[in-house]
Amino acid sequence: MLRYFVRRLVAMIPTLFAISVIIFFIIQLPPGDYLETYIAELQSQGQNIDQAKIQFLREQYGLDQPFYIQYGNWMWGLMHGDLGYSFEYNMPVNDLVGDRIWLTVVLAVASIIFTYVVAFPIGIYSAVRQYSIGDYFFSFLGYIGLATPNFLLALVLLYLFNVWFGTSIGGLMDPQFVNQPLTWAKVASVAEHMWVPIIVIGTSGTAALIRRLRANLLDELHKQYVVTARAKGLGEGRLVFKYPLRLALNPFIADIGNLLPQLISGAVLVSVVLDLPTTGPLLLSALQSQDMYLAGSFLFLQAVLVVVGVFVSDLLLAMLDPRIRMGAGAVR
Amino acid sequence: MSTRLDHWVNPAPFDPEEREATTPAQERYYQASQWQIMWWKFRHHRLAVISAAVLAFFYLVVVFAEVLAPYNLHSRHTDYIYAPPQDIHIFRDGRLVAPYTLALDYHLDMENLRRVYTPMEDEPRPVRFFCLGDSYRFWGLFESRFHLVCAPENGTLFVLGTDRLGRDLLSRIIYGARISLTIGLISIVVSFTIGIVIGGLAGYYGGWIDAATQRTIEVVRSFPEIPLFMALSALLPVDWSPIAIFFGITIILALLDWPGLARAVRSKLLALREEDFASAARLMGASPRRIIAKHLLPSFASHLIASATLSIPTMILGETALSFLGLGLRPPITSWGVLLNEAQNISVVVLYPWLMLPVVPVILVVLAFSFLGDGLRDAADPYK
Repeated sequence: MLRYFVRRLVAMIPTLFAISVIIFFIIQLPPGDYLETYIAELQSQGQNIDQAKIQFLREQYGLDQPFYIQYGNWMWGLMHGDLGYSFEYNMPVNDLVGDRIWLTVVLAVASIIFTYVVAFPIGIYSAVRQYSIGDYFFSFLGYIGLATPNFLLALVLLYLFNVWFGTSIGGLMDPQFVNQPLTWAKVASVAEHMWVPIIVIGTSGTAALIRRLRANLLDELHKQYVVTARAKGLGEGRLVFKYPLRLALNPFIADIGNLLPQLISGAVLVSVVLDLPTTGPLLLSALQSQDMYLAGSFLFLQAVLVVVGVFVSDLLLAMLDPRIRMGAGAVR
Repeated sequence: MSTRLDHWVNPAPFDPEEREATTPAQERYYQASQWQIMWWKFRHHRLAVISAAVLAFFYLVVVFAEVLAPYNLHSRHTDYIYAPPQDIHIFRDGRLVAPYTLALDYHLDMENLRRVYTPMEDEPRPVRFFCLGDSYRFWGLFESRFHLVCAPENGTLFVLGTDRLGRDLLSRIIYGARISLTIGLISIVVSFTIGIVIGGLAGYYGGWIDAATQRTIEVVRSFPEIPLFMALSALLPVDWSPIAIFFGITIILALLDWPGLARAVRSKLLALREEDFASAARLMGASPRRIIAKHLLPSFASHLIASATLSIPTMILGETALSFLGLGLRPPITSWGVLLNEAQNISVVVLYPWLMLPVVPVILVVLAFSFLGDGLRDAADPYK
């Protein structure tokens, strides 16, 4: 187990390295840099520009240096936990990102839990009662969830929650709690506001997971040991839960790797619509204004989140399934 | 004790091929080509067949968009801003009459600052069919004014309401179909090509090429899609023409989708190479080229078509999401995502809910492609 753990950990390094290169390449690609945009903006407003200051900024952030040096600086900073400097906000990226990335993590984890809690019973039900009305109903619902664009669902739910439960529109808490110390009332308000994003982000993954669990469980249910168990007079409940379900559960853990990118994508999109204080809105504006370190750090952190999530899911899978930790490699 | 049975001989004439005799139906099945069996199997998947019909309908709309839309893409009706959907009536005073709409009476509700349109019961306006309306250039080729339906004389025909510039939403959805439905197809062709080449190389050569591609695919797949879409489309220069942006977005969508296809190609190629029929062909002295072209490709192509169909919905939804965020297509190019961009805030949901209607065709098309893909995937393995 320890060997597997170490091997997986080491395998993450080249992946993360490749990701960081790609991201840096992408955020470097647009012609010009933030300072040029900034100068053009100042000029259009008729303000005079202090060449010395510009030069100072340029040197300070290494914008005059070639690609690989800039990348090296950025990477060096990343390894020391320094994400660079946001030009637009005039403050270190760390300060900007801090809370937001945590909220993103909380949102992602909550969405995963939601996905599981919903997908688990429905998947079992659909498999055990195959072709029943309930099975068709849930499949239909799942397909609709899969096909509806997230952002629109978010808008509609926001409105409905406002009408039904009086939840205030937008943000992650009621306005009076913003910038207030943490109290139970604030936590309650956050919990109330989390529902819409969690439901919206969760739905897309839920449908896929239900279908997979249903298919896996159906495969197991037709095997001979199930017939034998039934012939011996085992009760239906124990029959399903004792063995077939355990075998059909692998995708729940193995799927985290597929689920996470999807969830974070969904979180970004939905948080732009709902104006949540997560990474989405800030990333969008950073990309539009070429605030490269901010945008790059967000992209990188999101990718790291995915890679770490996959790592954790692989470890869990290895604990569950001895075939994998004995070196057959992750089956996905 | 036991009574022995007499020796018995069947008097019927002996036919050595009796046991091999097949019914005409079986005969037909065994002699059918692979594609034929796939077609039979596909036909049994009722949902997939319906989906194919729905998609055929949508693509017909795409072809004849100018004729089918009652108005033009950019026709503005400044007197009818944010007009709600109009009903089409066919009964008047209890009698069946030709379809008509009611003229709209407009006034400003000063209390809520809302535009209020009330249909006037006593002013019916019969809808015109096969008529001359807004002039357009069909496919940019020739001038015409012919429409399937037009607005009545002195009346309006806003079946799905109008937007903030008084443009008919139905017409805009019909024109938007042209962009939304082609962007998925173009991207899939691009990503298909990349996927087949890279997956094919990995599967054929194996070794370090295979390992390298696998790692690359893993890296690309560990990016969350939407943020990467956003980053890439933020790259597109602001001063590009809308058409250039359109192709840029197409390429971006394709760039992110190829890993799935490449992986499918690779694993299929590896699996099929070991199949009995492939070894049989090899033993009989078939050249590698013949094996690939004659034996592997057919059983392979069907899978590829199925997985390509299944990834079209991702493309359509991706475009919609990008355009919704304002990072995708830009007006005057109109796609369903661009239309939904107008439904961006909560006031639309409350005041002008019909602006969210472009989501209906999005859902329908995505569902249809998914079901069609499912049907194709089931049919792709006809011998199972």
